[in-house]
Amino acid sequence: MAVITVRQAISDALREEMERDENVFILGEEVGVWGGTYAVTRGFYDQFGEKRVRDTPIAESAIIGAAIGAAMTGLRPVAELMTINFAFSAMDHIVNEAPKLRYMFGGQFKVPMVIRAVGGGGRQLGATHSQTPDAVFAHFPGLKVVAPGTPEDAKGLLKAAIRSDDPVLFIEHATLYQWRGEVPEGDYVVPIGKSKVQRPGDAVTVVSYSKGLQLTMQAADALAKEGINIEVVDLRSLRPLDMDPVIESFKKTNRAVIVEEGWRSYGVGAEVAARLYEEAFDYIDAPIKRVAQKEVPLPYNRTLEQMALPQVADIIKAVKEVL
Amino acid sequence: MKKEEYLELYRQMVLIRRTEERAAELYQQGKIGGFLHLYIGQEAVSTGLVAARQPQDRMITAYRDHGVAINVGLTAKEVMSELLGKATGMSKGKGGSMHMASVEKNFWGGHAIVGAHLPIAAGLALGDQYRGGDGVTICMFGDGATNIGYFHEGLNLSKVWDLPVLWVCENNQYGMGTAVERASAVSEIRQKAEGYGIPNERIEGMDVLEVKKAAEKALAYIREGNGPYFLEIMTYRFRGHSMGDPERYRESEEVDCWQKEDPIGVLHRWIVENKKATEEELKQIIADVEQEVEEAVEFAENSPEPAPEELFADIYAEEV
Repeated sequence: MAVITVRQAISDALREEMERDENVFILGEEVGVWGGTYAVTRGFYDQFGEKRVRDTPIAESAIIGAAIGAAMTGLRPVAELMTINFAFSAMDHIVNEAPKLRYMFGGQFKVPMVIRAVGGGGRQLGATHSQTPDAVFAHFPGLKVVAPGTPEDAKGLLKAAIRSDDPVLFIEHATLYQWRGEVPEGDYVVPIGKSKVQRPGDAVTVVSYSKGLQLTMQAADALAKEGINIEVVDLRSLRPLDMDPVIESFKKTNRAVIVEEGWRSYGVGAEVAARLYEEAFDYIDAPIKRVAQKEVPLPYNRTLEQMALPQVADIIKAVKEVL
Repeated sequence: MKKEEYLELYRQMVLIRRTEERAAELYQQGKIGGFLHLYIGQEAVSTGLVAARQPQDRMITAYRDHGVAINVGLTAKEVMSELLGKATGMSKGKGGSMHMASVEKNFWGGHAIVGAHLPIAAGLALGDQYRGGDGVTICMFGDGATNIGYFHEGLNLSKVWDLPVLWVCENNQYGMGTAVERASAVSEIRQKAEGYGIPNERIEGMDVLEVKKAAEKALAYIREGNGPYFLEIMTYRFRGHSMGDPERYRESEEVDCWQKEDPIGVLHRWIVENKKATEEELKQIIADVEQEVEEAVEFAENSPEPAPEELFADIYAEEV
């Protein structure tokens, strides 16, 4: 198996899908001539041409709206938002149009589109450019929301998203682009809506995804040295949310910590904890803990920003508290 | 145009009118819920546009969508059933008045968020351009929609990419209860298209034949690969914005004045004066429509409610 970065995995998935299916095309700000502001689509403009790699105006509603319309005609657009923070400028199209058109018209339409959006804090970009608002989007039935953590899942889930007949929000994390990992050879997909145990253990179930997964894996290494073996469950998809591996693990450990980069209130941790209380109450041996972002707009100053973001030490502390 | 074509335009407009008059009654009886926005007074606009299109041309409009629904050939039964929220509606009772569509008839929906369907229309047109088809997307919206960002993003993109879209602003002179000049920096809406370099014109919208002629010209221009075109069509709605409109914003004399230009009356007079048909023939059309609408009401009232399993159907195209 080849070892590649998350960035390469996403780029490979896009290229392979575009080579496979002429109906797949990319649109977004600086995706073409520039090569993508995160270099994910570097070389695409030369390989596929301006028809299939379309630079757009800085107009997020136009990008997502046009992707919706094109998808309704049977094309498979991959719309790139330069950052997920700009999704708010296209909020109506993302949450109020794409996920509702099929249902609202009695199943007449299909909207096979992908919105790629990179988010996350930790790069000193200030409060408006550093958010991890994944839970906001996962709130809406009709949208599929995936947020992979590893290169293998990034590639396989993006392929699944592009082949899906439904609108998929594909959330990337900017500080994960350099994370390396093994990727299977050849064409493969990772199904949307399937959680996965990324590291087996027996002490505590730690549930996470995306950037939180990377932090959790680092915490797992540190804890293992102390003889504490946590089981790491990666959600990978936030909607549909697959709780089965989480509950299975919890029935074994009877303890859970949920790690996310977004704010604690009304977040992914809140949802997973509530489901554990609802579906596995008899197995609870300790309070379920959440590790998340402090409830502040992220500051520019590096020290303050890191104080607000969840850290490996926070995960280790939470695990020890529930033991 | 042949005699039958004039009569068909007349029949469609009468059918829209009568369907909506009955819908208003059913609304007052509590049989139709939610919002009900009537098209009465504006029938010549959608009728003229749809008459001008080729089968490959897509229609998309806002929430005042009963007119287009009937023009594209959805039946009064399907329209009435959707209004009553029945399983026999074209959207299975899950869309209601504002969400009528038919993929089969190239009608891509009534859309309820003001202006939000303009970027979607650009995307429909992109689909045709991408595949090298010669279809044009005809996108209708009200004057009120031209003040929101989606309008400007959609128009700009359509020109940058030379998309085959016919933008049609139905200027009925009020966005809900706010007169155009109180909400829009320019009250001649077509000037906004000028800002994006999109060729445009303003036409009168109470004469269906004039609308059809202007639309045919615009569609031919777009079909030649010239990019988008913008029509501002002056019209007037005789009823309130929706059923719950106190109409404090306009004088009844103004409404009376416009009713002299009733699009059905205009075409009626034209047909008789030009001896395309007799009064008796037109009366027969009205009688036939009356019967069709009564049958539609009966059909809708006797149609089943959506099955409980419909609640969870069609959220996704794929099994989840």
